[in-house]
Amino acid sequence: MRHVDEYRDPAAARRYGDAIAQITTRDWILMEICGGQTHSIVRHGIDRMLPWGVSLLHGPGCPVCVTPASVVDAAIAMASRPNVIFCSFGDMMRVPGEAGTLFTARASGADVRMVYSPLDALAIARENPDREIVFFAIGFETTAPTTAMAVLQADREDLRNFSMLVSHVLVPPAMEALLSGPHNAVQGFLAAGHVCTVMGYVDYEPLVRRHKVPIVVTGFEPLDLLQGIYMCIRQLEEGRAEVENQYSRSVRRNGNERARAALAQVFTIEDQAWRGMGEIASSGLTLAPAYARFDARKRFPDIVVPTPNPSECISGDILRGLRKPGDCPAFGTRCTPEHPLGATMVSSEGTCAAYYRYRRLEAGEMALRRRA
Amino acid sequence: MSKHFAPACPPLGLTGDRIELAHGGGGLKTRQLIEGIFRPALAKRSDDFTHDGARLEIDGARMAFTTDSYVVRPLFFPGGDIGTLAIYGTVNDLAMCGAEPVALSLALVLEEGLAIADLQRIASSIRDAADAAGVAVVTGDTKVVERGKGDGVYINTSGLGRIIAKSPIVPQRVQPGDVIILSGDVGRHGVAVMAMREGFHFETEIRSDCAPLWAPVRALIGRGYDLHCLRDLTRGGLATGLIEIALAAGIEIMLDEHGVCVCEPVRGACEILGIDPLYVANEGRFIAALPEAEAAAALECLRGFDPAAAIIGRVDRATEVGAVVVDTLGGKRALDLMSGEQLPRIC
Amino acid sequence: MCLAVPGELLEIEGDDPLSRQGRVSFAGIVKMASLAYVPEAVPGDYVLVHAGFALTVIDEAEAKQTLAYLAAFEPEDLA
Repeated sequence: MRHVDEYRDPAAARRYGDAIAQITTRDWILMEICGGQTHSIVRHGIDRMLPWGVSLLHGPGCPVCVTPASVVDAAIAMASRPNVIFCSFGDMMRVPGEAGTLFTARASGADVRMVYSPLDALAIARENPDREIVFFAIGFETTAPTTAMAVLQADREDLRNFSMLVSHVLVPPAMEALLSGPHNAVQGFLAAGHVCTVMGYVDYEPLVRRHKVPIVVTGFEPLDLLQGIYMCIRQLEEGRAEVENQYSRSVRRNGNERARAALAQVFTIEDQAWRGMGEIASSGLTLAPAYARFDARKRFPDIVVPTPNPSECISGDILRGLRKPGDCPAFGTRCTPEHPLGATMVSSEGTCAAYYRYRRLEAGEMALRRRA
Repeated sequence: MSKHFAPACPPLGLTGDRIELAHGGGGLKTRQLIEGIFRPALAKRSDDFTHDGARLEIDGARMAFTTDSYVVRPLFFPGGDIGTLAIYGTVNDLAMCGAEPVALSLALVLEEGLAIADLQRIASSIRDAADAAGVAVVTGDTKVVERGKGDGVYINTSGLGRIIAKSPIVPQRVQPGDVIILSGDVGRHGVAVMAMREGFHFETEIRSDCAPLWAPVRALIGRGYDLHCLRDLTRGGLATGLIEIALAAGIEIMLDEHGVCVCEPVRGACEILGIDPLYVANEGRFIAALPEAEAAAALECLRGFDPAAAIIGRVDRATEVGAVVVDTLGGKRALDLMSGEQLPRIC
Repeated sequence: MCLAVPGELLEIEGDDPLSRQGRVSFAGIVKMASLAYVPEAVPGDYVLVHAGFALTVIDEAEAKQTLAYLAAFEPEDLA
C-alpha cells in the first residue's frame, strides 16, 4: 500500500535504532499520546529497539479508554429505550460502564448498530424516519470534524429523528494537565499525527514555551515513530525545546482550516471528565446552542446515570504514565481482555491489552535493547 | 467415568455464571468451555476433543466422524451462504482427518417467519456444495421454533468419512523440524461476512473463500507425503489455527508473517477497519505440518490447486508451549488467542 | 490517535460542499469518502481517510523528502 509500506522498511528502521543509541547519553522519559501510536509501537516492538535508559510512556491517547464510565452508562440507557437505534464505533461497544457494555445491551434486546462513520448513522436516520437514531460521538480532534459534518448535514435537512451523545476530548489541555501536575516526569512528547492533521501544531507552541519540553508531531508507521523519537531525543540532548513536525506529509502548521472552522461552528469547549483522571479544564466539546436540538442528552433529559463505584483499576495512573500494567495487582488475573476492569484493557490498543497480547515473551528475551 | 457427572462449580477457568457470546468465538473462551465442562464430562482419552474429527474403527474399517453447527449472520453473503458453509465446513473437518467424505446428515432449526424463498435458496446451495464436494446428504431433520427464538436458520451437519491416510493425522505427530504450509491467501471470508453484516459498503466486492478441501488433501495423501497434521482455518483465522496446533502438540511455531499471502483488497479492508488479517475467519483454507524434506514437493502439489499456497513457518521445540512467534523490528513476540471477534477500530 | 489510512482518490461525485464525496481506493478496495474537508483534492491525489472522511491531501513532495531522508540516513553521519 502506497504511503504505508515505504515506512515499514526494516533496514531503515535498524539504522534509526542505531542512531538513537548513538546520540543518547543519558536517561530520558518520553510520552506518546495516541492509541494508534501505542498500537504500532507495541506491535512492531519499537520501544524494544530503544536504549535501556529511554522510557516511552503511553499517555491518555485512546478515546475509547478515556470515555467516562458514566457516559457509557448513558449510552446503554439511551440504547435501551424503545424505538431507539443506537449507533457506535465498533471498539466502543465492548467498553464496560457500570451497567454493562453496548454489546450486553444488544444481547438484552437493544437495537445497537456498529458503524464505520457518523455518516452511516445519518443514513440510518434517513432510512428509518419512524425511529429515533442516536450516534455515540466519541474521539479526539481527528474524529470531531466527522461528527461536525454529520450535524451540519442533519441541520440542513432538518432531520428530526437524529441526535448525538457527544464525548469528544481535546489533547492539548490533557498535555497541559500532565505537564503541570505534581508528579510529572515526562521530558518530551510525541504528538498525535492525525490529531495534528486536523488541528495543526500551533496549540503546542505555548506549551513548549511554558514547560520547556520538546514536542514532535509524529506519524504512525515504524519509520515515522523512530524518526519522531530520534528527533525528540536529539532535542533533549541538545537542550532544545521546540515543536517539530516529523509527519510533514500530512500535517501543516495550521492543520485543516476547514475542519477547524466546522469544529468552531458546531461545538463549544467545556470542562470534561477523563476516565481515571478526573476533570480536565476546557478539554471537552459539547454542541453549540445553535445545534442543541441534536444533543442526545437534551433529547433524553430523564436518563439517569449511576455514580461510578471505585474499583482496583489503576487505568488513571497508567494513562498518566505513572504506572505500568505490571504494577496492577489485577493485571492478567482479575483483569484480562476477556474480562476487562477498565478501558485500558478493553481497547485493542489500550496499554494493558497491548501489554497482555504482545508481551508474553518478555521473560525470555535476549539482548534486543542496546546500551548507549 | 461416573454416570452422575457433577462439575466443580464454578468450573476451572470459567469466570461468571452465564454463557456469553465470546464462548462461541473459537478462541480462549471456547477452549475454557471445552476444557471446563465437556472434557471432564465426556472425554475418555486424553486426546479426545483435540482435533476436528473423531477416529473410529468399525469392523476393521477406519472411519472419521465429525459434527458442526452453523449459526452465521448474515445468512447470505458474497461467495456463499449458510448452506454452503454447512456442507464445506463438515467435509473439510473430515478432510483434515485424512478422510474421504462419504455421507452427511443435515439438521435444520428454522425460525417461524423465515421466507420459504430463502430456504429454497439455501437448499440449492446445499445441493451445489454437496455436488462440488462429491458427498451425499443421506439423512436429515427439520424443526421449527417460535419467531424470535432463532436467527432465521441454524444448521447442523454431521459427516462420516473413510480414512485413507495411512498414518494418523493428529497434532501430536507435529514435531520440531516440521514445516507449515498454508494452502492459499487468508482473510476473505471474515471480511466478506463482516462487511455484509455491519453494512460497510466497499465498492469492491470481497467474496468468501469458502470451498471444499478434500481434493488438495487427497492429492497430498496420494503422493505419499507424511502429513503430520492438517487444520482447516475457520473462526479466529490463521493465528488461532496455529496456536491450537502448537498447544495440542506441545511445541512452538515460528511464523513468517511476510510469507502469509493476503490479497490486496482484503489487506486494504483490514487497514481501513484496523483489524489483523491473521485473525480473520477463513472457510476454504488449511495448514499442513509435515517433514521439511517433503515440504518443497508438497508445496508444488498444493500450488496446482491454489498458486497462493506458501510455506509460512516451521516447528521448534517449545520454550513456551503453544507459542506462535513472529519477528518484529524490536524482537520476537508471540501471538495470543483472541477472546471474541475483532472489532473495527476508530483509533 | 485515530486510524486514518491513505488511499488514492479515483473519482469525485457531487458539487455541494457539505455532501461532496469521492471514490477512494485502498490497495484495490474502493470505498466512498466525504471530501467536504478537502475541496482542493483532485483525482490522482492520495488522501488520508478517517471514519469515512478525507482529512488531508498527502503532500507528495514532503513524502518524497521524508522517504529520501529515511532511506539515506546513516548513523555515522552524526559524528
